[in-house]
Amino acid sequence: MATITADQVNLGGRAQRTRWQSMVRLARRNPLGAGAAIMLFLFSIIAFGAGLDTLPLGSAQGAASPLIATHDPFVMSSEEVLQKPGNGHLLGTDDLGRDLFSRIVYGARISLWVGFISVGISVGIGAPAGMISAYGGKWIDFAIQRVVDAMFAFPTIILALAIVSVLGKGIVQTTIAVGIVGIPRIARVTRASTLGVKSLPYIEAARSLGAPAPLIVSRHVFPNILAPLIVLGTAGFGTAILAEASLSFLGLGTPPPNPSWGTMLSGAAQQYVRSAPYLAIFPGIAISLGVFAFNLLGDALRDIFDPRLRGA
Amino acid sequence: MDNGLECLLFRRDESAGYIACVVVYSRCQVASGDFHGGQGLKYVARRLSSVVPTLLLVSVMIFWLMRILPGDVATLILIGPEGTGQPTATEVTELKELLGLDKPMVVQWADWMLGMMKLDVGPSLWSGEPVFQELFRRLPLTIELGVMATTTSLLIAIPMGIIAAVKRGSWMDYASRVFVLGGLSIPSFWVSVLTILALVTYFNWTPPLGYVALTKDPFVNFQQLIWAALALGYIQAALVARMTRSSLLEVMREDYIRTARAKGVRDRNVVIKHALKNSMLPVVTVVGIGMANIIGGTVILETLWSLPGVGRFMVDAINHRDYPVVQTLTFIFALIFAVTNLAVDLVYGVLDPRIRLD
Repeated sequence: MATITADQVNLGGRAQRTRWQSMVRLARRNPLGAGAAIMLFLFSIIAFGAGLDTLPLGSAQGAASPLIATHDPFVMSSEEVLQKPGNGHLLGTDDLGRDLFSRIVYGARISLWVGFISVGISVGIGAPAGMISAYGGKWIDFAIQRVVDAMFAFPTIILALAIVSVLGKGIVQTTIAVGIVGIPRIARVTRASTLGVKSLPYIEAARSLGAPAPLIVSRHVFPNILAPLIVLGTAGFGTAILAEASLSFLGLGTPPPNPSWGTMLSGAAQQYVRSAPYLAIFPGIAISLGVFAFNLLGDALRDIFDPRLRGA
Repeated sequence: MDNGLECLLFRRDESAGYIACVVVYSRCQVASGDFHGGQGLKYVARRLSSVVPTLLLVSVMIFWLMRILPGDVATLILIGPEGTGQPTATEVTELKELLGLDKPMVVQWADWMLGMMKLDVGPSLWSGEPVFQELFRRLPLTIELGVMATTTSLLIAIPMGIIAAVKRGSWMDYASRVFVLGGLSIPSFWVSVLTILALVTYFNWTPPLGYVALTKDPFVNFQQLIWAALALGYIQAALVARMTRSSLLEVMREDYIRTARAKGVRDRNVVIKHALKNSMLPVVTVVGIGMANIIGGTVILETLWSLPGVGRFMVDAINHRDYPVVQTLTFIFALIFAVTNLAVDLVYGVLDPRIRLD
């Protein structure tokens, strides 16, 4: 007996779209979102393909084997200080003779890493807190919400600075600080979405079948509140990159000589603004494009998941 | 109340995704009468009663944060930022006594809070000057910067939002959209670095060095602050322009606008007299939310433009491991944020009496 494939079933009706076709359709409807997705894809390729090493996050300095980058981002050269773009250095060199293009390419790793891990921290703590808040009864809800209120009472950068002042400077410390700062927003959205889902008939059905609360939350509630979390998480990526750059710019984030985009804009970039303006221009473009792409993708995802908010 | 809460969910989101929710949020504030009940003073009292407990919790959180340091605070301070100091045991004990670290935690916290109320939390470990004395010396600059940033951002953003809404789909609308997206993506410090670059390259001009107070020479003071204020206000301007546009577009669909048009009011007057006032409510909310960016941004821009304000004080204190100062300043920033938001809420109450009067 022949097996029937999906294609055959659909022969009589409307042709079923392949995954590829539906992606193209989605991209046509959201050209900006598709553009952002492509930008972020390139961004990830640059970050991963910077070199066949784990600099500046894992391996020790001197272990660079550049791939997309053209030079070792850490190697200084007193003969090639403040070279103009061109002449073997695509974007020129900084005040210590390091290749600017390679530093920006390796810097993408820091931004992507900080974004990924800090959003992970925000969601990893914020989402369970929000669901517990919505499900845990009056007092637990009250306690969690007051803590969330208190965290909201800080201007973002100030809270991050306070945390960094305690943890110290470093990529990991910065990531933790940026991640903590993002918790209250995730917690509040998760709580509100959970409350919205909680009273729906299918949850009631699960409850009446005797499913325990943890199972209901993980199996039935969580998948249904995923959409706003994905939207917020994507936008949170941009915010995290911006926060890391700001902290590093202040000299309180990723410490030198690591090639953080924020660090590159402080110090030499301002000191040599007249003679070497490219030092001030290219890292800023990198930050802005990265944040811009995540903002745009966040917008597009929101349009897809929640058409009611479109065009606002 | 529940829908009010649900709308609150996107509060203080600096990213792109929340504008529409703010519209909904401010409408909900109006719709759910219990959100802000009471009249006049009662309304103020209600708002205050929600702010004070939050601030108390904030103070506990800061206090706790400053005490989960890996290692002993006194030793860390004495070792110094470069890790070169080698403190003796007696030095550590002495500093502990000076900072009151030998007392129980609850007493330490109560002392700190009492000190806050008496405006005396002791001296800075770095300069030896009383923290509040230095704070009050630096505060006028930061407030001036914040006010300037907010004012310039509103002056730019509101007309831009109105034009974008009225001439929807025109090149001006697209230009304003680019402006908004830029504001949400371009870091303020890069705007400033580019400003310096442009001023130096095209005008061969740099702002006068050495900060001059407003009272001494307003003109020089203005030249020193305006660039920082513009960079600081950019993100706020972006948020406000976007909000003005979408809020105005929404109001323009209302029945009373159609009525006004039908009775022959000129287009200009429909916008200015009928639509604008009603569309300003969500804008006020967004201004309050955006204050977080302004207050936090002062830290970055004061450092960049070498302005001796409170933000710079904070960065210096962190660099010097001056924990008592960091602790106090963190709370002061949260307090300023709370007060500005309270002010915004009160303005809201004045603009829309429906919130005050049930």
